[in-house]
Amino acid sequence: MGKLLAGLIAVITVVSAAIFARHIWWMPPDISVHGSGIDHQLGETMISAGVLFVAAQLVLAFFIWRFADRGDARPIRTFPGGVTPMVVIAIVLVGAEVAALSLVGTKVWAGIYQAPPNPNALRIDVQAEQFAFYFRYAGADGKFGGTHPNLIDDGNGNFFGLDPANDTSARDDIVAASLVIPVNQPILLTMHAKDVGHAFYVPELRIQQDFVPGLDVPLQFTATRTGKYEIVCTQLCGLGHYNMRAYLEVKTPADFAQWLKDQAAQQ
Amino acid sequence: MPDTPRPPLTQPRETAAKVSELKHVPPQTFMRKYVFSVDHKVIGKQYLGLALVAVCTGMLLSWLMRLHLGYPEVAIPGLSTVSPNGAPGGVMTPEYYLSLMTMHGTIMVFFVLTTAPFAGFGNFALPLQVGAEDMAFPRINMMSFWVTLAAFLVLVAAFFIPDGPPLSGWTAYAPLSAVGKDAGPGQGMGQTLWAISIALFCVGQLLGALNFITTTLDLRTKGMSLGRLPYATWAWFITSVIGLIAFSVLLPACILLILDRVGGTSFFIPAGLVISDRLQPHSGGSPLLWQHLFWFFGHPEVYIAILPGFGIISQILPAFARKPLLGPRVFIACLAAIGFLSYTVWGHHMFLSGMNPFSATLFSVPTLIITIPATIVTLLWIGTIYGAKLRFTTAALFCLGFASVFVSGGISGFFLAQPSIDVQLHGTYFVVAHFHFVMGVAAMFGIFAGTYYWFPKMFGRLMNETLGKVHFILTFIGVYCIFMPMHWLGLHGDVRRYSAFTDEYMKGDIPLHKFITVAALFTGAVQLIFFVNLIYSRFKGPKATDNPWQSTTLEWATTSPPPFDNFGGHPPTVYRGPNEYGTPSPSGDYAPQFTPEPAGR
Repeated sequence: MGKLLAGLIAVITVVSAAIFARHIWWMPPDISVHGSGIDHQLGETMISAGVLFVAAQLVLAFFIWRFADRGDARPIRTFPGGVTPMVVIAIVLVGAEVAALSLVGTKVWAGIYQAPPNPNALRIDVQAEQFAFYFRYAGADGKFGGTHPNLIDDGNGNFFGLDPANDTSARDDIVAASLVIPVNQPILLTMHAKDVGHAFYVPELRIQQDFVPGLDVPLQFTATRTGKYEIVCTQLCGLGHYNMRAYLEVKTPADFAQWLKDQAAQQ
Repeated sequence: MPDTPRPPLTQPRETAAKVSELKHVPPQTFMRKYVFSVDHKVIGKQYLGLALVAVCTGMLLSWLMRLHLGYPEVAIPGLSTVSPNGAPGGVMTPEYYLSLMTMHGTIMVFFVLTTAPFAGFGNFALPLQVGAEDMAFPRINMMSFWVTLAAFLVLVAAFFIPDGPPLSGWTAYAPLSAVGKDAGPGQGMGQTLWAISIALFCVGQLLGALNFITTTLDLRTKGMSLGRLPYATWAWFITSVIGLIAFSVLLPACILLILDRVGGTSFFIPAGLVISDRLQPHSGGSPLLWQHLFWFFGHPEVYIAILPGFGIISQILPAFARKPLLGPRVFIACLAAIGFLSYTVWGHHMFLSGMNPFSATLFSVPTLIITIPATIVTLLWIGTIYGAKLRFTTAALFCLGFASVFVSGGISGFFLAQPSIDVQLHGTYFVVAHFHFVMGVAAMFGIFAGTYYWFPKMFGRLMNETLGKVHFILTFIGVYCIFMPMHWLGLHGDVRRYSAFTDEYMKGDIPLHKFITVAALFTGAVQLIFFVNLIYSRFKGPKATDNPWQSTTLEWATTSPPPFDNFGGHPPTVYRGPNEYGTPSPSGDYAPQFTPEPAGR
């Protein structure tokens, strides 16, 4: 029985580790400026955690194989050196690992989430609601109109609760159901939730952030590759949660300018 | 207390001793003996019975969810009868999927992973292990169970109301959980029942934790110093301390949630929310407040689920390795360290919640540090089996399996503890894989190990070892097939809590989902072997001796099963710690805590 279990542990470990190592299922290619830091951090963690995983499982399997009671008079043996060296080594090794991961990881995190707003960023306002995202561009005047929850009227397309009758800056605001951005241009989203919590996640963009009802949450990123990607909601928001998606379209600056012009003409 | 001497229920251990030492009155009626019992052993079994009902319910729900995820178009026979609205024609609606998921999580975390390893085995074995006749407060103990049962019934009642169960997940994030019916089906009465159920559950566990702490500190028998406490008792004791603090935070949080829902308050609801085209009449609350309160409970809860498993494994493994646990003091120090650190890490659930990003580092570092004591505990087990003489009983196999799945689940914690990686993996199946391995499967293996180990003490009969080994091996293969692939789904960006994968990039992973579904159905079916074994062995299993595993702790000093007052009115005296295996003594290759020191030692 011991040999069967030992063999099973070894097989499971080797097969799992191989699938991880060969990236058979892996992250989609990164399309962001900051993403390489995340990918590097994940790769480093994968190596160190992978070594720990394989080593621990294989040693466990070997001991299970080796130290069965075979009914002989063999005396038991204590672990070489006893518990103290083992504890010291564990504290030093895992401690060093923890310190290294924290130091590097904190820098990566801070570079994304603690960076001051880029003054050159294109500002886009995002409203999440059950079960859609809406994106608002400031329009020709460069100013966003104020929002009024009591004016929100999805039936008439007033998703943000704008007041164009009294608010001049709201009149040229452009509202779209897709997030269209120019490539290589820093983007600053201001995220609001209309009703309950939602989240913004684009796996290729290596970015994720919750929408919090009552808060304006900033989020910055820069996309480096044109294309069409999916934005998915990752915060459970009700019955249509699985279907709460939108597209992220990364365009060349010229295409983006044209798109913006077309949108302005339509609204 | 009657003064008249009463004969003990079973043969006293020392017939010459005075019977008048028997302080407990044996129950006389059926109701007092089996239903409203104050006997900790009966209450422990009641908790385990509740957990068994709960785990069957929770597993059935996971089957339904997995069937839907793997084969969304297939009609599930009978489901439309259970819920005509939730599954018209047998195919579940997206909201019904979320309801099942919410109930699965709630039932498993609260009514299985908390009740079985902590309340169930703790109640049964802790007083025996410290040499007490019962818990310190037997009536409060009885109340603890009945309040917990009421909590379960209130929760399950949500299946039978018109709108069905809530759909906001086991974490019940506000404002989805706080605004009532407008937020979706099940968010009316169903969510209120959920909040009442969890509040009741907190009361039950607080009463239990109080009892465990008092019993451990005050009712130890002669010679049972803290240094000689068995490791399972240490784990239950530390878990009780964690629970006392954690549940006393979740209780008021649930009360505030109920007030938001029915009392018109706005603890968790800010101003200006438009839900179902209606401007909500609330202002001034904070959705993040709920998350902080919930996770201040929620993260320690993970350790409430797993620390009893640590204790059970550390106690059982030496008995089957015939070797003392390596570094017992280190083990207890690690438990205490984990218990303390568990209160400093809750924000790692909230890196992307919109809380101040500066605090992410503050929560990330202790989360990573907690891997140090967890690693050491695992090394202690591995070091314990080095040079051992392993007896591969089913209980021992589940201990070794526990070590393996705990490593697999713990390793992924390295990723999720780091905010810079959580950015990518948060909310994906990677997280589902992580917590199912580390607290779900590992804790279940602890429960199985405990069941196979204590069954003879509970019922006086041994479980069938052949069935047990088949059960173990198939379960071990099954859980890896279910949960290892979920890491890959998560890395690929598959989002959890989705009832269908309509996104382009997720559609390609449906074959992997099908594989997981088949593995889940298989692993669930394998559990029938366990049920057959339980029922068969309960009535037909070979009679157990007092100490069938040649263990050292005090529960093995008494008969199997023990009499009502545990030791026939003569609490044992303790002569040594629980770790004396592999040392030649008059008892064989071990020295029980309850036998006097042999001459010449």
